[in-house]
Amino acid sequence: MIKKEIVITNKTGLHARPAAQFVQTAGKFKSSIQLIKDDKTMNAKSIVSVLSGGIGKGTKLTMVTDGEDEEAALETLAELIESNFDE
Amino acid sequence: MLKGVAASPGIEIGKVYILQKPVIEINQNSITPEKIPLELKRLINALEVSKSQLAKIRDRAEKELGAEKARIFEAHLMILEDAVLLDAFTDMIKTQHITAENALTRVINEYVETFEAMPDEYLRERAADIKDIGERLVKNVLGIPIQSLTDLSEEVIIIAKDLTPSDTAQLNKEKVIAFAADMGGPTSHTAIMARSLEIPAVVGLGDFSLQAKDGDTVIIDGNKGAVILNPGEEDLQKYRKLRYDYQQYIKELKELKELPAVTADQLRRVEMSANIGTPKDCEGANANGAEGVGLYRTEFLYMDRSSLPSEEEQYEAYKAAVEAMAPNPVIIRTLDIGGDKKLPYLDMPDELNPFLGWRAIRMCLDRTEILKAQLKAILRAGCHGRVRIMYPMISGVHEVRRANAILNEAREELEREGKAYDLNVQVGIMIEIPSAAITADILAKEVDFFSIGTNDLIQYTLAVDRMNERISCLYEPLHPAVLRLIKNVIDASHRAGIWTGMCGEMAGDPQATPILLGMGLDEFSMSASSIPRVKEIIRSLTYPQAQDLARQALALENPDEIRKLALSLEQTL
Repeated sequence: MIKKEIVITNKTGLHARPAAQFVQTAGKFKSSIQLIKDDKTMNAKSIVSVLSGGIGKGTKLTMVTDGEDEEAALETLAELIESNFDE
Repeated sequence: MLKGVAASPGIEIGKVYILQKPVIEINQNSITPEKIPLELKRLINALEVSKSQLAKIRDRAEKELGAEKARIFEAHLMILEDAVLLDAFTDMIKTQHITAENALTRVINEYVETFEAMPDEYLRERAADIKDIGERLVKNVLGIPIQSLTDLSEEVIIIAKDLTPSDTAQLNKEKVIAFAADMGGPTSHTAIMARSLEIPAVVGLGDFSLQAKDGDTVIIDGNKGAVILNPGEEDLQKYRKLRYDYQQYIKELKELKELPAVTADQLRRVEMSANIGTPKDCEGANANGAEGVGLYRTEFLYMDRSSLPSEEEQYEAYKAAVEAMAPNPVIIRTLDIGGDKKLPYLDMPDELNPFLGWRAIRMCLDRTEILKAQLKAILRAGCHGRVRIMYPMISGVHEVRRANAILNEAREELEREGKAYDLNVQVGIMIEIPSAAITADILAKEVDFFSIGTNDLIQYTLAVDRMNERISCLYEPLHPAVLRLIKNVIDASHRAGIWTGMCGEMAGDPQATPILLGMGLDEFSMSASSIPRVKEIIRSLTYPQAQDLARQALALENPDEIRKLALSLEQTL
């Protein structure tokens, strides 16, 4: 299991298209992927879970990946967030 | 009359068609454990049926409303495949020993409540999406047919408690001339869909759907966000006229869009351009008949992030704008940051006097790597249409020469890297510092065009901080000093054989239009929505009329007289 601190910097946050893109990308990995915001844990492969987290711009999150491709998953998703989803 | 939220503009009068939402009774009884597999099967069936229905709706939306609007059904399909949601449904059936419809309703309601309690308006409105999906699933479990709006026989105005996104996507524009709903806000899908269908809509109307009956007459005023049920003769006449006026207005706007900004006597033709902040704004620019972008503020690319945007990222953004406007030109202003607009990842000191400080081109000429990356991206984007480069905050000729030297380095680097770039890019400067306006004749030798940034030019010329309320009355675009500077810049540019545009707010101010036209301004750049009005004024004047007015204005001594002169003309138009 590995983890990384991330900050959401894109304009809309993890809503709408960025949320869908994030969840679809997460779904490509075998590892379990979780986002932790304060005391709330969200399943990164679930659109309702990610949306119900209310992750707006500026939110600090811990991303935890666990499984055979945990490193690739963590790296890919962190890059996606850093790219601001091309907004 | 009932007031709601104006969701989509326009006025319509017509017959009410109530969109019924049957109240579904959910059996709350528990089931015996041996029934669990059957309930799970009913659940899976409903999910499959819903998926195929939504796929059809998505395809229809894609055809009728475009890919962008169809995306929400893509999201609905994603929700139907959501593992967390599926687990919640099945767990509920297995642990609570309840029917599929009961489990669906409970889980969906939980999520709807979560979303409705969110502080973010966008997420609050997602509750409607979840509800829409939930209703569909429950109906499909129970085999209740879903009311279709595709086969209406006569023109109607739909009234509903709530129009789900899937309802809206199925509206037949030939038959549904307007709609009203009890729920919803200005950014709800329903409102967005109505705007793309271009039919009037009012939402957020309380319990309006309970007051209206099928066949009632209703007036929908999507401009003001009002509805009138069973109006009297007086209201009917009033709104028939308003409807006619509005339709004429839209027609004129559309006609105006295709017409050039030329004076009534055909003697003077100017260019109308739009100011944009992101490539997405090009849509509005084109819709309003812009002949190019007169100011692309690139600051947004640099804001809300933790590091500088790469050359590649900038190239993509500029290319998108250039392609959207092609074959018309896009003037890209290099980074105008500093002073009050700071970037957290650049080490920018606090300053006592930020507006007179280390900002825009001044900062870029110290941090040349930032400017060079941006110039390279712009030069490359030029291959996809027409770009022009514009440097902000130029105070004298040395800055232009240094910036152009960096532009040459950018070209050489692209050459070495073997990247394609535009060889014939016009280079201009913003005239927003009085020293530049006064020495326009000197600067004109160095560049291909000027663009007057009136917001700062006025602020610096009159020494007025327009954000300071106590002195905001001193902020006067029509001050003789400002007009003389503008005139000097235009004349100097014409003597040198180059052109002058204006991209400050004054360019979109209808009162200033005749004077600026008369002074010989070549290009007017403003927010896209102001273009039709300004163009209309230009088309209604003769050039000698405008020139005469400009001469008179320049001879007057104080701003009030100039304003009065401008107003007197405006009233005769």
